[in-house]
Order: sequence, then structure tokens, then C-alpha cells
Amino acid sequence: MEVLQLFISGISQGCVYGLIALGFVLIYKATEMVNFAQGDIMMLGAYVAITFINIWDWPFYWAFPATVLVMAAVGVVLERVLLRPMIGEPHFAVLMLTIGLGFVLRAAAGAIWGNEPRALQTPYVGEVLRLGEAVIGYENLAIIIGTTVLCFLMWVFFRFTRVGIAMQAASQNQLAAFYVGIPVKRMYSLVWALSAAIAAVAGILTAPVSLVDPLIGFVGIKAFAAAIVGGFGSMPGAIIGGLLIGVVEQFAGLYLPPGFADMSAYVLLLVMLVIRPQGLFATMQKKKV
Amino acid sequence: MSLLAASKLSVHFGGVKAVQEVSFTVREGEVFSIVGPNGAGKTTIFNLVSRIYDTTHGSIVFAGQDITQIATHKVAELGIARTFQNTELFERETVLNNLLIGCHIHRKTSLLEELFFLPSVKRQELKFREAVEDVIDLLDLQSYRDKIIGSLPYGVRKMVEIARALCTRPKLLLLDEPSSGLNPEETEDLSFWLEDINQDLGITIIMVEHDMNLVSQASHRVMALADGQLITIGSPQEVQSHPQVLRAYLGD
Repeated sequence: MEVLQLFISGISQGCVYGLIALGFVLIYKATEMVNFAQGDIMMLGAYVAITFINIWDWPFYWAFPATVLVMAAVGVVLERVLLRPMIGEPHFAVLMLTIGLGFVLRAAAGAIWGNEPRALQTPYVGEVLRLGEAVIGYENLAIIIGTTVLCFLMWVFFRFTRVGIAMQAASQNQLAAFYVGIPVKRMYSLVWALSAAIAAVAGILTAPVSLVDPLIGFVGIKAFAAAIVGGFGSMPGAIIGGLLIGVVEQFAGLYLPPGFADMSAYVLLLVMLVIRPQGLFATMQKKKV
Repeated sequence: MSLLAASKLSVHFGGVKAVQEVSFTVREGEVFSIVGPNGAGKTTIFNLVSRIYDTTHGSIVFAGQDITQIATHKVAELGIARTFQNTELFERETVLNNLLIGCHIHRKTSLLEELFFLPSVKRQELKFREAVEDVIDLLDLQSYRDKIIGSLPYGVRKMVEIARALCTRPKLLLLDEPSSGLNPEETEDLSFWLEDINQDLGITIIMVEHDMNLVSQASHRVMALADGQLITIGSPQEVQSHPQVLRAYLGD
């Protein structure tokens, strides 16, 4: 039963990695930029939710969509103000910019909300579901269900909607997208909105489990590993990579000496890079020269 | 009636004057070719009309509307479609998907309808599929319908790109070297298809082309450029025998 218990905790933690990884992948696929502030955007989302729920006393089920909308708007603003002028600049410049953005967000969050950890009040915290001998906290269950629903929504969005398909088109070939009438730049803004919104969901879901402080965004580094394990560029790959790292981490925590749990994500990353460098779901073709 | 009127079109890249004061009009229903040696500014003119580059001076009027400043993605909505010299396709998608996205500007359903895949969305999809099948029939692409673009020979890709342009239901089609990379047999087919597109579908065509046989077969009027400047506009025969055109191609 211990195995099942660990597995469930791993999946729930992995969902959070997966969601952040999804944000990485979305932005990378659409704009070929790697946004290293993705984890910090999640942190910001968690703090926005704390402001709405803990401080302003909004009901949880209103605060949830409100947080997602606010963060989507933040995503658009970041793209318009910071990233759009960087189109065509070298990759490392963009990388430095997003790393810098992460520092700014962490410092700003510390200044506004303080550095001591806070817990997000949720209606479901503290309750548990028993599955045989395994016990799942409702907050973990919420992560798993929330991630599943979100993935389904994303699939429908990208598969069936005009704007979802237009986003894929804009990410595959900008020129071609322009001449079938797709506003490519607006799509970039939307991609940022979407990945910030997903990060916000991840933030709200994870906030009851791991307390919120300005440094929780560092989980983004593990999520980055997850995105690579999944095959940077594949959306299902990002989620699967996240789950894999979440589960491996839990088992490493129990069966291996202390310290290995934190390391396991990167060990998995290295092993993956040696065995299958293109990742689990390789979608990226080699660049033509 | 003129469908497209460019007057005193100029574009400078730093000190390079790629196109200088070129004026021309394209009549509705004609096939208008642009010829000239490499670097004459032919593709640059396409890029100006299709709004990749901003014009430095001059104006472009399409169907009575000034399009000199409009956004690039609005070009398709106005009824201008284009192809590229080296094809710009969605390479990891099938031919069918490439053509279906050509219908993008004609999708009228809302996000909510699409999320629930309501009957209205289904009807619309069916309508697009029929329109796409018509284009596939016109250009003989049946056997490639479900193939991934990346796996297709170059000649077929060029036709797929023309097909996708047709799916946007344009009034004006800009073809950038449609015959480059095609073998003589494919080029001959191309000249028939151009005729079909022009006469059966009533689409005005502007093309940049090097193959003078194709140019004289397919086009009503020809514009010759050299070094970013207009040399002459006239019938294919007139242009081919124009002394300055000969000099531009052959040297003094």
C-alpha cells in the first residue's frame, strides 16, 4: 500500500510540474523563447489568489477564475511590454531577460506580501479520501482533477477552436499564418496569456499543499527538466514528463538516502538526455541548415 | 477597371534603394507578370503589396482602398493571397490541413460554439471541406490529400501552396516564381492551371517569373524592372523585344 500512496503523491506533485512545463512548452513552441520566469509567474498567481481569498475574503470559487483572468492579463502585458521588442534578438538575450524578470517578480512579491510562508485558504483543505489503505488529501485530489480537466480543455481548445488552430499555425510558420489571415502577434500575446493562466491554476492548486513564499517559483527548474524529458515542444510530453519526475522523486525520497529526492529530477533528465536526447515525445524536427 | 494601383512605390533599406518610384496598375481579370534580372526588386514589390515591408514613399490602392498601412494579417481578408519563392507551408501537417487553414478567415463560429462542437460548427466544417475538395480537384492533388508536406516533392509543395492561397478565396493572387524548381512537364501543367484559375475562377494574377515561355503563354501584360526601376510595361512580345530589357538581361 505504501507504493500506491507514494504513487498518488507523486502524481499529484507531478501534475504541478507538468502544468508549469506546459507553460514553458507553449511559449517555446509559439515564439521560440524560453521563459525562465514561468515558475515565478506561478508564484505570482498563488499570491494573487491569496490576496483575493485570504485578504479580501472573496469566495474561493469566484477568486479562482478571477485569479486566472488577472494572470492572463499579466501574461499579455509581459509579452507586449518586455518580450515583443525582443523578437529577432539572440536567444540568450531573451533568456537573460526572463531570468531577470524572475528576480524582479520574487523581489516584488517579497516586498508586497512579505517573505514568511502563507497558506491559501481553500474550502477543501484538511479532508481526505480513503482508497483502501491509501489516503489522499482533498488538496492533492484537487491537483489531479484540476490538471486532468485543464488538459482536456486544452486539447479541445487546440483541436477544435478557430483561435486554438490559429495559434498552432502561427507557431509552425509565421509567414504562412499571416497570409491565411492570422494575426500572428496577437497570437503571441494569447500564448503568453494562456501559459500565465495555466501557471496561475498550478499556483492555486499547489498553494494549499506547499505553503506560498516568494521562492516557490524555483520549482520551475524541475518543471523545466520535466519539459525536456517530455521532449521540449510536446504538450502531452510536458505533462507526462512532469508526472514521471513527480513519481520518481517520491520513490527516491523513501527508498534512497536523504538528498536523492531533490536530485532525482536532474538525474532523470541526464539519463534521458543520454538515452533519448529528443525526449519522450519528440515533435521537434532538426532545424534545417 | 484597375484592381491594384501602385503609384510611385519606393522602398529603401538603409542606403539601398530596392524599389524606386515604380507605378503600375493591374486590371481586374488579367494575368500580369513581373520580370527582370536578379535584384531588380520583383519580390520586393510583392512584399510591399502583401505588407511584409513598409513602403518608404508612394501608395498602394487595392479595389479602391488604400492598403499602404494596413496590418499584414488583414491582407488575406481583403482578398489578396500570395505564394512564396521557397514555399511557406505548415510542413508537419497534411495537405488537407494546410488547405483547411486557408479557410481560416471565413470561419464565423464563436469560441463557445467551437468548444462544444455544435451543429453550426459541423456544418461550417463540412462546407470548408467541400470548398477544399473543389480546389484539390482543380489542381489534381487528390493523391496527396493525406500526405505530410515534409514528405512531398518540391513541385507538389508549390501546387499545395497555390491551392492554399485559393482556399482563402482571393480576388488577387500573387505568385512568386511559381515555376521555379518545377520540371518542364510540371511547368506546362502550371500554365494550364493558371489559365483555369484566371478564367474559370475569375482571379486576377500577378506573378514574378523567370521562365519567359510561361510568361508569354500565360500573361496578358508584362512589367520589366531592372535595379529597382521600371523599364516598361506592355504585351509579352513588346517587353521581350524592348531594347532596354535586352540590355538589362544580356548586358551591353
